Amino acid sequence: MGSGRLPKTIVCEHRTSLHPQMHVKTIPCKEKNIYEQDPDILPPSGAHLRWTEGGQVVSEAASVVVSSRSYADFTPEATFDIKKVDLHRLEEGPPLTSTLTREDGLKYYRTMQTIRRMELKADQLYKQKIIRGFCHLYDGQEACAVGIEGGITLSDHLITAYRAHGYTLTRGGTVREIMAELTGRREGIAKGKGGSMHMYTKNFYGGNGIVGAQVPLGAGVALACKYLGTDQLCVSLYGDGAANQGQIFETYNMASLWKLPIIFICENNQYGMGTSVERASASTEYYKRGDFIPGLRVDGMDVLCVREATKFAADHCRSGKGPILMELQTYRYHGHSMSDPGVSYRTREEIQEVRSKSDPISMLKDRMLSNNMASVEELKEIDIEVRKEIEDAAQFATTDPEPPLDDLCSHIYANEKSFEVRGATPWTKLTSHS
Amino acid sequence: ECRLGGSAKRSYSITSCASVFQVNVRDALNQAMDEELERDERVFLLGEEVAQYDGAYKVSRGLWKKYGDKRIIDTPITEMGFAGIAVGAAFAGLRPICEFMTWNFSMQAIDQVINSAAKTYYMSAGFQTVPIVFRGPNGSSAGVAAQHSQCFAAWYGHCPGLKVVSPWNSEDARGLLKAAIRDDNPVVFLENEMMYGVPFELSEEMMHKDFVIPIGKAKVERQGTHITLVSHSRCVGFCLDAAAVLAKEGVECEVVNLRTIRPLDVDTIEASVMKTGNLVTVEGGWPQYGVGAEICARIMEGPAFNYLDAPAVRVTGVDIPMPYAKILEDHSVPQIKDIIFSVKKVLNM
Repeated sequence: MGSGRLPKTIVCEHRTSLHPQMHVKTIPCKEKNIYEQDPDILPPSGAHLRWTEGGQVVSEAASVVVSSRSYADFTPEATFDIKKVDLHRLEEGPPLTSTLTREDGLKYYRTMQTIRRMELKADQLYKQKIIRGFCHLYDGQEACAVGIEGGITLSDHLITAYRAHGYTLTRGGTVREIMAELTGRREGIAKGKGGSMHMYTKNFYGGNGIVGAQVPLGAGVALACKYLGTDQLCVSLYGDGAANQGQIFETYNMASLWKLPIIFICENNQYGMGTSVERASASTEYYKRGDFIPGLRVDGMDVLCVREATKFAADHCRSGKGPILMELQTYRYHGHSMSDPGVSYRTREEIQEVRSKSDPISMLKDRMLSNNMASVEELKEIDIEVRKEIEDAAQFATTDPEPPLDDLCSHIYANEKSFEVRGATPWTKLTSHS
Repeated sequence: ECRLGGSAKRSYSITSCASVFQVNVRDALNQAMDEELERDERVFLLGEEVAQYDGAYKVSRGLWKKYGDKRIIDTPITEMGFAGIAVGAAFAGLRPICEFMTWNFSMQAIDQVINSAAKTYYMSAGFQTVPIVFRGPNGSSAGVAAQHSQCFAAWYGHCPGLKVVSPWNSEDARGLLKAAIRDDNPVVFLENEMMYGVPFELSEEMMHKDFVIPIGKAKVERQGTHITLVSHSRCVGFCLDAAAVLAKEGVECEVVNLRTIRPLDVDTIEASVMKTGNLVTVEGGWPQYGVGAEICARIMEGPAFNYLDAPAVRVTGVDIPMPYAKILEDHSVPQIKDIIFSVKKVLNM
C-alpha cells in the first residue's frame, strides 16, 4: 500500500547526460478526472498506489485491471513545461510550455511506436538478407519526424536525406508499402525501383542518396510554393555530417536573398557516419551556421519541443520573413547503416544512457501516464496493434512478388510513347513504358 | 538584314520573295523562350546574368524587362545550389529553364543534373516528374582556352533519364527549345556560342508559336548517294561546306544533322548508311568514348553493317585540352579539310 500522502502535484522528470540543463518542472495537474477503482477488483500485491487530490486511490502499476472505465475519465489535455530553446538572431522563441491533447498524444505515441517497430523489423529482415543494400535506420529519432509533422500540415512539403523511412510514414506512406519497398517488391511504394533511400509520396520528395543535395532541392520546392502564391512551406532536412556541405551554404544564401518559405532542419544525432561532430565541424553550433538566418536549437528527443519549435518556425516562414533554421539534438540507436555496428566510435554505455534517460517514446508515455491522459492498458493495446501491423507488413513484404521484368526499362521518360531500350547485348531489345 | 530583339516584333527580310525571316540562332532562342514564357506561367528562367544583364551572351535579352523578377531570376555564382533549386522547383510543379553560363560550369552542378534530375522519374517508379531544361553554350568557342572549351555531349548523352539535344541552326534552336520546354522530362540543351550570331532563313511555318521539332529525330540536311556524314551542332555546317567542295569532284555526300544526342535516331542513320554504304561521323568533342564512337558501335551492331563498303570513321576534336594560341586552337578542332580528307580516305579516292 502506498504512503497515503496526498500529493498535490504530479512530477515529470527527465534528465539526460546529453542535456544537463533539461529538467521539466513539477506542474500542477489541471484536471480532477481520475478513474475510480472498482472496489471488487484489488490490485495485485506490490502495486504502488497513491492518493490524488480527489481523495481517490490511483494505481500506478501496469498490471491493474479495471473492469469499466470510460474515456471521459481521462485527462483531455495537459500542459507541459518544455526545454527552453537556444536562439540565434531571434528576440523570441517558441513557448516554454506545450499543451498536449489526449488525442494528439495517442496519435504521436502510435506513430512513434510504429516507426520504432518498423525500423527494428527492418533490422531483422536485413540480417536475414531479405533487405539488401543500404538501410539507414531511424530508431531513436522518432520525435523529430513526428514532432515536425505535428507543426505543419500535409499540404506543406518536406524533403530529407537517406534516413527516410520515418518521414515516408509521417508523410502518408503505409508500413506495408515502405517495407515492400525495402524488400524490393512490386507493391513497394516505388514499385521496387527505388529501395530504402528513394521513397516518395505526395509533397514528400524522398529519400535522397547524395549527402546535402536535398537541401537545394528543398529550396526549389519552397520557391515553387512562393511562386504559385500558396502559403505552403518546405521543410528541408539534413544531418550534422551534411551540415558542412558547400551547397547548403549556397542554399542559405539564395533562400535568404529571395525570402523563400523554407525551414532548414539539421538533425544532429552527434555522428556523421563514424565521425563525431567535434571531429567534423569547426563549429558544432549548427543552429548558428546559417549566419544571417535566424536559428533555434531544440531538444529533438522531446516530441512536444520539436512540435512547438516547428510551429514557431512555420509561422516565421508563412509571415513572409524568409528562411529559418532549426537544429534538433537527437540520437540514433543504430549505427549509421546496417553495415555499421555503431560501437567503434561510441560506447555502448552512451547508447544505453540515452535509451534509458531520453527515449522519445518513453518520455511521451511517462507524461501521458503520469497525467492520466491514457492508461497503461490502452498504450499496451496500441503496442499490440502496432506490432501486428508491422508483422503483417513484414509478412506481406516477404511474400509479395518481385517486380516483373517488363518493368525493368519503364519510367525512363514521362508522358512518352513506348520506345526500345538496349539490353545487355545488341540482340536484347527491351521496351520502356512511361 | 533584320534585327529581332526580345519581343515578338519581326520585320521582313529585304532579300526575300516568299515570307521568310532572317533570324540568327541567338534570336531564335530568345523568341522561343519568350513565346514559351508567355504560353505557360509555370515556365521561368534562372541563371547567372540572365535578367538585368540581358544574358551573358544576350540570349535572354529583353526577357527580364518584359516578365520581371518573378520569372527571370538572376542567381549568385553558385551552380550546384541554383541547379538544385531549379530541380526542386520542377519537382513541385514549375517548369524551370536553368541556364549554365557555359556547360563547363555545369560540372559544379552535375550531381543535380544526373542524380536529382535524370534518375528521379525512374527511382520513383513514375511518381515524380522533372520537367526542367538545362541550357547554355557547349563546346569550343574562340580563344577561351582549356577550361572553357569542353564538349559535354558524350558525358550527358551517356545517362539514361536525360534527353540531350544539340541544335545546329536557327530552325533547330527554335523548334528544339520549344520542344524541350514543353517536354515533361529533364532536357540538356547544348547550344554553341559561335553559332549565336549566324543568321538563317526561317519560313512562316517555322515562326508559328507552336512550331516544335520532335526530340529524338535527326534531319537529313542534304541528300547524297556516296557517303553519309553524321554530325551535330556547328560541325553540321562544316559537313555541308565539305559536301559542297566534294560535289565538284563528283562525290555526293548525304549530311545527317543529329539534332538530338539522346535518344539517338539510329534509324535515320542506318537508313542513310544502307543507302550510301559509307559513314563518317563528325563532332567537336574528344574522340574517346564520344558521340561518333557510339554511332559507329551502333552501326556495327545493326543491319547497316552489312551495307558498309569500308569501316566507319570518326572526325573529332584533337585529344588534348584546348590550347589558347590561335594557330594551335585552329588545329585542335575538326576543319572542313579534315572532313574532305576523311571522305576521300573512306572512299579510297
